[in-house]
Amino acid sequence: MPGAKERELRRRIGSVQSTKKITRAMELIAATRVVKAMQRANEAKPYATQVTGVIENLAAGGARVSHPLLREVDDVKRVGIIAITSDRGLAGSYNAAVIKAAERQLDAARTQGADYALILIGKKANDYFSFRNYNIEASYTGMSDTPTYENAREVAGKVVEMFEAGEVDRVELAYTEFITMGTQKVTVRRYLPLETAEAMAEEGGGSSSALAEFEFEPSPGGVLESLLPRYMESRLYSALLEAAASEHANRQRAMKAATDNAEELIIKLSREMNQARQASITTEIMEIVSGAEALGGDDANAQINLILENTEGTPV
Amino acid sequence: MQVELVSPERITFSGEANKVLVRTVGGGDIEFLPGHVPFIGVLQVSAAKIVDGDQAEVFAIHQGFVQMSGDKVTILSDVSERKEDIDVARAQASKATAEAAISADAEDAAAKAALRRAEIRLGVASGELPA
Repeated sequence: MPGAKERELRRRIGSVQSTKKITRAMELIAATRVVKAMQRANEAKPYATQVTGVIENLAAGGARVSHPLLREVDDVKRVGIIAITSDRGLAGSYNAAVIKAAERQLDAARTQGADYALILIGKKANDYFSFRNYNIEASYTGMSDTPTYENAREVAGKVVEMFEAGEVDRVELAYTEFITMGTQKVTVRRYLPLETAEAMAEEGGGSSSALAEFEFEPSPGGVLESLLPRYMESRLYSALLEAAASEHANRQRAMKAATDNAEELIIKLSREMNQARQASITTEIMEIVSGAEALGGDDANAQINLILENTEGTPV
Repeated sequence: MQVELVSPERITFSGEANKVLVRTVGGGDIEFLPGHVPFIGVLQVSAAKIVDGDQAEVFAIHQGFVQMSGDKVTILSDVSERKEDIDVARAQASKATAEAAISADAEDAAAKAALRRAEIRLGVASGELPA
């Protein structure tokens, strides 16, 4: 008959073991998904590079055009903040880090006397900011896990519309940059207004070496007009993909740590349980021995031998 | 010359060709042969034909750009679909919806665009180069 403490420990070990099974499964799932997400991010790269390449060629071709998205405002009245987080938790500090970065941007805007507009992607950011009674301009859920280009278009369309209507004068994008499997970094990038075509081309590392004189149809301005919205979409799309890959990588790491912790805890609890069991057995024997001795006579020794034979099955 | 058909999510086509036919927003068909002058154009919802020798492949293109540079044609498109990738039933359904919307409101630009996309898809799926 195990003691109360032993029973309690045995129950705890059981529960830690089942938790470990869950975290192990989540770790394995995240590991396969991070590979997929990385692949998607890589597949999206050619388009982004090519779009930047066209912009580079436009810049080299001397397309000096004014476009609403290039409008630079000195007196910023309202700052748009896009934060890309996940819908689900259990990903370590992934969401908290992005939210913190977005909140810093928000505070910075306030100290400069500007208003803010939050555009949130992912349930976690929405939960955080709505709980604290922030004004949320737009919130999107269900897209951060496996983002599609359609999702990027939806969000970029909204942001561009706000910017063109003059509702915001500057837009910052906070997301987690995927550098390698082991390194992800929270970054805040300026999303709007766009820098000059030359700067964009430089930042994006366009592929083509723009030397030739291009012919444009309908016109350099016309091309830029339909190119810039796509450039915005493409930038947001790659941010979404990188954030998704980072989310899975973070979750994998968090779940690996949780599994390791569970293993350690199981070892520690088993030791405690063994000690408790040992202690209860010793006490029991002591009680019997002292009881038998109190009765006196040779009878006592015979009884002890009998007890030891009966308890042979359990290690002492 | 090298031809690449790139959509945001992946590269749809990459290979050698000796003739590429696309349609720009001005409404003009434009054909690229090796040695064409450097060119950047905006494409309309149309079909693109990539010809290599006696083999030709037709793609449905939903807006985008074409860039001819050096000896390389790059078509950047929001959506580009091969004949095999087109869901004919869905295209027919969206065509029917668009037609219904247009008959209700003849000025419905979104429906017109949807109809155009559906027609191009169906045209490409049937294997011919749609007008």
